[in-house]
Amino acid sequence: MTRLPNFHAAKWDEPVVMQLGRPGGRGQLFPAPEPEVAETVGANPVPEAMRRKDRPVLPEITEFEAQRHYLHLSQMTLGMMGVSLFGTCTMKYNSKTSEFATWRPEIAEVHPYQHPDTLQGVLEIMHDFGGILQSLSGMDQFVFQPGGGADAAYTMTAVARAYWADRGQLGQRTEMVTSIQAHPCNPATAAAAGFTVINLPLEENGYPSLEALKAAVSERTALIMLNNPDDMGIYNPEIRDWVKAAKDVGALCFYDHANFNGVMGKLSARELGFDACMFMLHKTFGAPKAGGGPAVGAFGCTAELAPYMPAPIVVKQGDTYALDEDRPKSCGKIREFWGNVPQVVKAYAWARAMGAEGIQMASDISVVANNYMDHRLAQLPGIARSNPDVTKRRMEMTRWSLAPLHEETGIGTVEIANRMADYGIDPWWMSHEPWIVPQPFTPEAGELWSKEDIDLWIDVLAKIMQEARENPELVRTAPHNQPIAQVKGDAFEDPSQWAMTWRAFVRKRDQAAAQGAA
Amino acid sequence: MKIGLIVNPVAGLGGAVGLKGTDGPEIVAEALRRGAVAQSGLRARRAMARLAVRHPGAEVIVAPGALGADWVAGLELRVRIAALPAAQGSAQDTIAAVQALRPCDLLVFAGGDGTARDVASAAGQGVGLMGIPCGVKMHSGVFAVSPEAAGSALADLLADPAALRWDDAAEIMDIDEDILRAGRLAPRLYGYARVPQLRSRMQAAKGGPRQDAAAALAGAGAEIARALVRDTLYLIGPGTSAAAVLQALGQRSTVLGTDAYLNGAIVARDARSQDLERLAAGRPVQIILGVTGRQGFLLGRGNQTLSAALIARAGRTGLIVLATPEKLNALAQPMLWVDTGDPGLDAQLSGFVQVHTGPKQRRMMRIGAAA
Repeated sequence: MTRLPNFHAAKWDEPVVMQLGRPGGRGQLFPAPEPEVAETVGANPVPEAMRRKDRPVLPEITEFEAQRHYLHLSQMTLGMMGVSLFGTCTMKYNSKTSEFATWRPEIAEVHPYQHPDTLQGVLEIMHDFGGILQSLSGMDQFVFQPGGGADAAYTMTAVARAYWADRGQLGQRTEMVTSIQAHPCNPATAAAAGFTVINLPLEENGYPSLEALKAAVSERTALIMLNNPDDMGIYNPEIRDWVKAAKDVGALCFYDHANFNGVMGKLSARELGFDACMFMLHKTFGAPKAGGGPAVGAFGCTAELAPYMPAPIVVKQGDTYALDEDRPKSCGKIREFWGNVPQVVKAYAWARAMGAEGIQMASDISVVANNYMDHRLAQLPGIARSNPDVTKRRMEMTRWSLAPLHEETGIGTVEIANRMADYGIDPWWMSHEPWIVPQPFTPEAGELWSKEDIDLWIDVLAKIMQEARENPELVRTAPHNQPIAQVKGDAFEDPSQWAMTWRAFVRKRDQAAAQGAA
Repeated sequence: MKIGLIVNPVAGLGGAVGLKGTDGPEIVAEALRRGAVAQSGLRARRAMARLAVRHPGAEVIVAPGALGADWVAGLELRVRIAALPAAQGSAQDTIAAVQALRPCDLLVFAGGDGTARDVASAAGQGVGLMGIPCGVKMHSGVFAVSPEAAGSALADLLADPAALRWDDAAEIMDIDEDILRAGRLAPRLYGYARVPQLRSRMQAAKGGPRQDAAAALAGAGAEIARALVRDTLYLIGPGTSAAAVLQALGQRSTVLGTDAYLNGAIVARDARSQDLERLAAGRPVQIILGVTGRQGFLLGRGNQTLSAALIARAGRTGLIVLATPEKLNALAQPMLWVDTGDPGLDAQLSGFVQVHTGPKQRRMMRIGAAA
């Protein structure tokens, strides 16, 4: 067995930055302007009307103290400092090379309102990266405006709405069909766009039956939205028949590629019959997740749907690149400007570094790594694989259940996730809603993590399961080696207990004090 | 959170010796004559042992002797024994025990559907119930899946009482055992009980909005109500789910029986099959239905007033079904069942139906023949 780390996180127990420092504390002291300068611009170059009357409430600390404070805060975060096999999120290393590329002035110091003639470099990257995604999907056009996967799913529903409205059938095509195990952004965005959502249940094979789909689709179906493989890690081999059943009633088909890692380079959404798809650049393509945003959900579709995409579209005219805003059938803006351009640059850098062969190999590695995990996890008593009767190999992730251990010890997936942090392992991903599998967890190794990392992760899980049997209280009250203990979720529903700004904090603190005194 | 425990010491006696239940002293005597051994006390002890391990020192108020106290002896629990008159060996014991334990917020009982009926009627509204499954018949929606699951759920509730949410719509169902023994199932819906919602803890951890089952049903009911057409006879089956449609129409429903609705008015209340068949003559018929908790019965459990003839008139496409996503997710199998008494009709009904799970939300569910 791997030696488990004797880990303890840093705990600095220091106040927020607004409460640090002292009056007069400064990061840098600037010299007074030379007499010639003062004479030229006047004693106070800020016009009277624009001058503030009060002093801003800012922290008054030295540069060194600010640096130290934020270093301490960074030491008290969990993310990516251990091993993070966070399923459905495809955790990848965000290379410093691509980070440096976005610091270059050609990216960092440009603005979308500049004339396109001065933006040729970044437009070329966006155009060419669109081409890479076209070759991975078979789609005809990509756009990077959506700020994440859910935003890209919403883009699909907006495109479908514009497409059916243009054909005078929006009043008839009111329904969207999806699987209950599809990522929740699919039903949620379709509902937000005004469609009635029809969910298909999972049946014996671990995915919905073709029969259920055929019973659900009709001349009322506007579109179907699917993941494949889904989060159980099961690839639906009937996918061509699914697309055909939807096409037979005239519906549009959208492939949500959230779980692309196990199939990248192996299949093409277009070749399977889909009209549109979406890739998450912050998952599959090695761009950072940035703590929930900014991200990019790259949306691609066929030439038939392209007129309805959000504008602008980056186009190549001869040797120059331009922004095509004149798209009268467009569904409109999904987000401002062109999307999170630095993310596109980083994803482009990743794809160019990997190359077509590298992308193929990465998907092989991620499936092999998950099957190695499956093999080892199956030997741990107390956990069960989802759909245990499905004997086919899983793809790049597998949903597991801790129900047997929970029945035996009362320790479930939430407690184990908390305890993992005590070993320097990032708490696992459990499951999207609804929890069809009780006490779920969903590891995904991807192509990044080494066999040693995967073994450590499994050995930590085995150790915690042993603790659950021998000393359940230790697990139930975890984490113990982290800067804060369990987060009490109830506080999130009581605005008096949290503040997003210093001003709100001061107001709520004073209100609470006044109420306490009264 | 005060927890009370009641054991029906004869629950489940009939099952092991080939009887279909244990309702009434004659059947108990017959079961014992056939060599039945009581299981309910031992199953109650399994649940309480799990509670004691998970939450040592938990306080439990119990009925005396074989009705409770005997089965928790020696467990690491703080046990208070309620004062009760001497046991009679009948349903009266259960009812007297419920009355003695009434200050409890949650009554845990070991028994089956018959015990659930007795406990629910004696406890009245506002008292939570949790069944440790021990009976021959368990069609009611108040039972944990196993004794250990009941014990774990109690420990979870005690560990975080603030997270407790109640569900006031758990069905109390029972089968008339005389008819069951003659080879026919005839379960009836006797009412609704309050049960703790055993939610996944995911919602609270994420701080997301809580799903509101009542709002989902009301929204689905309003959507169906808007789509009703003239000159079609709508039969509204028993249950709070189907009742949501009548509520949206501003009508009072029978809830425990079947009502008929035609052209903006209720034309029959708590009606018998013959009356409904007469009303249906010469008109299209559609049937508005809920689903029984856990078992997933659509037809044939608790709604026998909907005769095979009426169901055949509606057909599968004439079934309008409502259920919350939580209820569908909690089904023992992801299926809905029909048992109309006519195997040919059951086969015709088999296939997929769209269940209304909320406003503009549906779930495809497979219907199967229960027999």
